[in-house]
Amino acid sequence: MEGITNQNGMEPVLRFIDVSVSYTPGVYAVKNVSTAIYPNTITAVMGPSGCGKSTLLRAINRMHDLYANIKTTGQIILKGKDVLKTDPMEVRRMAGMVFQQPNPFPTMSIYDNVLAGYKLNGIKLNKEEKDEIVEDSLRNVALWNEVKDAMNKRGSFLSGGQQQRLCIARALALKPEVLLMDEPTSALDPISTNRIEELLLELRKQYSMLIVTHNMSQAARISDNSMFMYLGELVEHNNTKQMFTKPRNRRTEEYLTGVFG
Amino acid sequence: MKDKIFRFLLFLAAVLILLLTAGIVYALVSRSTEAFGEYGIWSFIVNPEWDPRPATEEYGAMSFILGTLYTAFFALFLCIPFSFSVALFNGEYFKGMKISSAVRSVVDLLAGIPSIVYGLWGFYTIRPLIIDLGINAQGFGIFLSSVVLAIMIIPYASSLSTEFLSMVPNNLKEGAYSLGATRIEVIRHISIPSSLPGIVASYILALGRALGETMAVTMLIGNTDRIPQGLRDTGNTMASVIANQFGEADGFKLSSLIAIGLLLFVITAIINMIAKLIMKRVSRL
Amino acid sequence: MKRSGIASIKARKGKDRLVYWFVCLFSFLAMIPLFVILYNVISKGYKNFNLNLFTKGTPSSMDALMAKMNGEPIPGGILNGITGSLLIVGMAILFSVPIGLSVGVYLSENRKHKFARIISFLADLLQGMPSIVIGIIAYAWVVKPLGGYSALAGSIALTIMMLPMIIRSTEETLKMLPQSYKEAGLALGSSYTNVVFKILIPSGFGGIFTGILLAISRVLGETAPLMLTALGASVVNWNIMEPSSAIPLLIWDFYNDPNLVEMVWSSSLLLLIVIFLLNGIAKIVARKWKV
Repeated sequence: MEGITNQNGMEPVLRFIDVSVSYTPGVYAVKNVSTAIYPNTITAVMGPSGCGKSTLLRAINRMHDLYANIKTTGQIILKGKDVLKTDPMEVRRMAGMVFQQPNPFPTMSIYDNVLAGYKLNGIKLNKEEKDEIVEDSLRNVALWNEVKDAMNKRGSFLSGGQQQRLCIARALALKPEVLLMDEPTSALDPISTNRIEELLLELRKQYSMLIVTHNMSQAARISDNSMFMYLGELVEHNNTKQMFTKPRNRRTEEYLTGVFG
Repeated sequence: MKDKIFRFLLFLAAVLILLLTAGIVYALVSRSTEAFGEYGIWSFIVNPEWDPRPATEEYGAMSFILGTLYTAFFALFLCIPFSFSVALFNGEYFKGMKISSAVRSVVDLLAGIPSIVYGLWGFYTIRPLIIDLGINAQGFGIFLSSVVLAIMIIPYASSLSTEFLSMVPNNLKEGAYSLGATRIEVIRHISIPSSLPGIVASYILALGRALGETMAVTMLIGNTDRIPQGLRDTGNTMASVIANQFGEADGFKLSSLIAIGLLLFVITAIINMIAKLIMKRVSRL
Repeated sequence: MKRSGIASIKARKGKDRLVYWFVCLFSFLAMIPLFVILYNVISKGYKNFNLNLFTKGTPSSMDALMAKMNGEPIPGGILNGITGSLLIVGMAILFSVPIGLSVGVYLSENRKHKFARIISFLADLLQGMPSIVIGIIAYAWVVKPLGGYSALAGSIALTIMMLPMIIRSTEETLKMLPQSYKEAGLALGSSYTNVVFKILIPSGFGGIFTGILLAISRVLGETAPLMLTALGASVVNWNIMEPSSAIPLLIWDFYNDPNLVEMVWSSSLLLLIVIFLLNGIAKIVARKWKV
């Protein structure tokens, strides 16, 4: 496995040490992954279907805890804390997640959707704090101007792309350390996809992001670094430009040139 | 040709349902007219007197309407913690697991027990408990009936709510978990609000069941023809007064009993239609 | 403000656990009545659950009293109830299955039709109708015009109860079948009649048959509508124009007769066995012939 060395001398925000995930005992969806993610970068996670990329992503915020038979081993260090030894609720607040299918809560207004993290965590805010968080988060995802007069409408009335931006705003409202995205644009049209990509490049100034994607040109467009996974193993983790021009591993090259996928 | 006849036969069967329903409404209405004509529909409904003595003969439905509402709503109230727990157990906590299908089977069996057996059980097992608890001296009454009714409607309330709860999309729940919510917070803020119309409809349907339930209530309510003075009192429901007095009735009394049957039919029909309407809207969303 | 949220994680988890245990406890409590009822019925009913139950008619109250005073078992059974239930429910099956199937097929074939929607609405209306009201209907339709209580009147009441259940289960099952089944059949030049009888109904057999079995098990225990129609009889009766007994009617009679009251349990035991057996078969059929 090829590691990635740091560019600007910063501590990694996220570090994987020998991480494995199994759905049934002895069968590994993710095998011995070790690597590090640095602040203010976008890392694309690529690989053919079933290679374990989503599984790895969901290990970070302990989503596997929701299903009884999934076991995660190793260490995942997020901001100095071992995720697997920390309370999952705390971990999930430190790591925002955006899903493949936009999933604004249909019973809540746009306003309440942004604040859902606070409401769900039982954190009481006064009106000014609420307004501030909502406006900041929606400005962050460039949705504020589009919805500021429709705050009390349900989130499900928005277009797919707007819904996904609302979901990003919802994740950002809790000020996470890292943003995890599981194919966030695969259910969207090209124009919406484009806007989300622009948004992610903008957000990189404040956040570190991991984005699972099927779309190689998307990875090339927006990511700083790329991870290539195959059969549960991390084959290569490298600077995106390097990986796309001079992959170090034969399988990476085959994948990128479309021999399999 | 053969096909034409066959299609026509199918159509005829459907027409039969139409005639059946029309016939039902006609039978109830035409045989109620004697009572309604004598007392007036509204006065019959609001009159709490039920006096079959020939000299002072007078009939009104109010005692039984109130008796029905008291028992049914109290039963609904009692059944909620249990049926909602079962719904969460099957539709959320243990969704798709073996233990959940075992619980479902038990609930199905509860639904299969005939009303008269519930009545026997209420009489021989629950009534002594009610007496021991000092709720009333004889045990019979609204309270006893409601306890047994509550158990009888658990299957109806829980199995439909289970379905609506388990239809809440997983990606909504995962979205909430990813924000750091606990399970109960996800249930409270996501699962219940998203399935609320369906859950409400299930409870309305269960209420409809409780309103029309006959045998068990007849055996347990004490059968007194007056407005019950509270939950400890005895009384009669619309269904139980019919079951109790229909056999020996004729003339005005018979017509009054059938009129009560008509009222019961209208009430349950309205309740069921409300529930069906809600469910239709839910399934369209 | 974020700090305060983190500090309360323990409390939130506590609440989460508390609700979890509440749900488990109350679900468990909701199961108990079944076992208590079964225990009561079996422990009190097995004594009189013998051959007599199936071969002898209801004893007179006097005979039962004498037997009780002599410390003997009650000399009689519920043969008249068993045959009565067979007669009444059997006739109800005969009436309701063909009509119910036809209406179910009609509804699934004409989904968008306005008339079909009305019929579907009426089936819902019938399904929610209290059984005692159905008793009144059969009384008004059959007992009054024919001038007396009869097994026929009872079976008409049970037919009205079974119809909506059979219609619904048939309709739902057929709606789940892929449209291509029907089209494939018609494309082979088969007549519509044949497609329905040789393709649709056999393909949906599991669901349809399960629906019928559940409808039967539901009406087997019905008491209230029979009190107003079949009335009851102390001897075996096979004449549909005569009053007839049924197992649930006998339970009601026994319950009201201090000398015979012990027999409620053996009769209930038999009734529960038959009902649960039908439910069990329905479950197996549903699983085996899944659409």
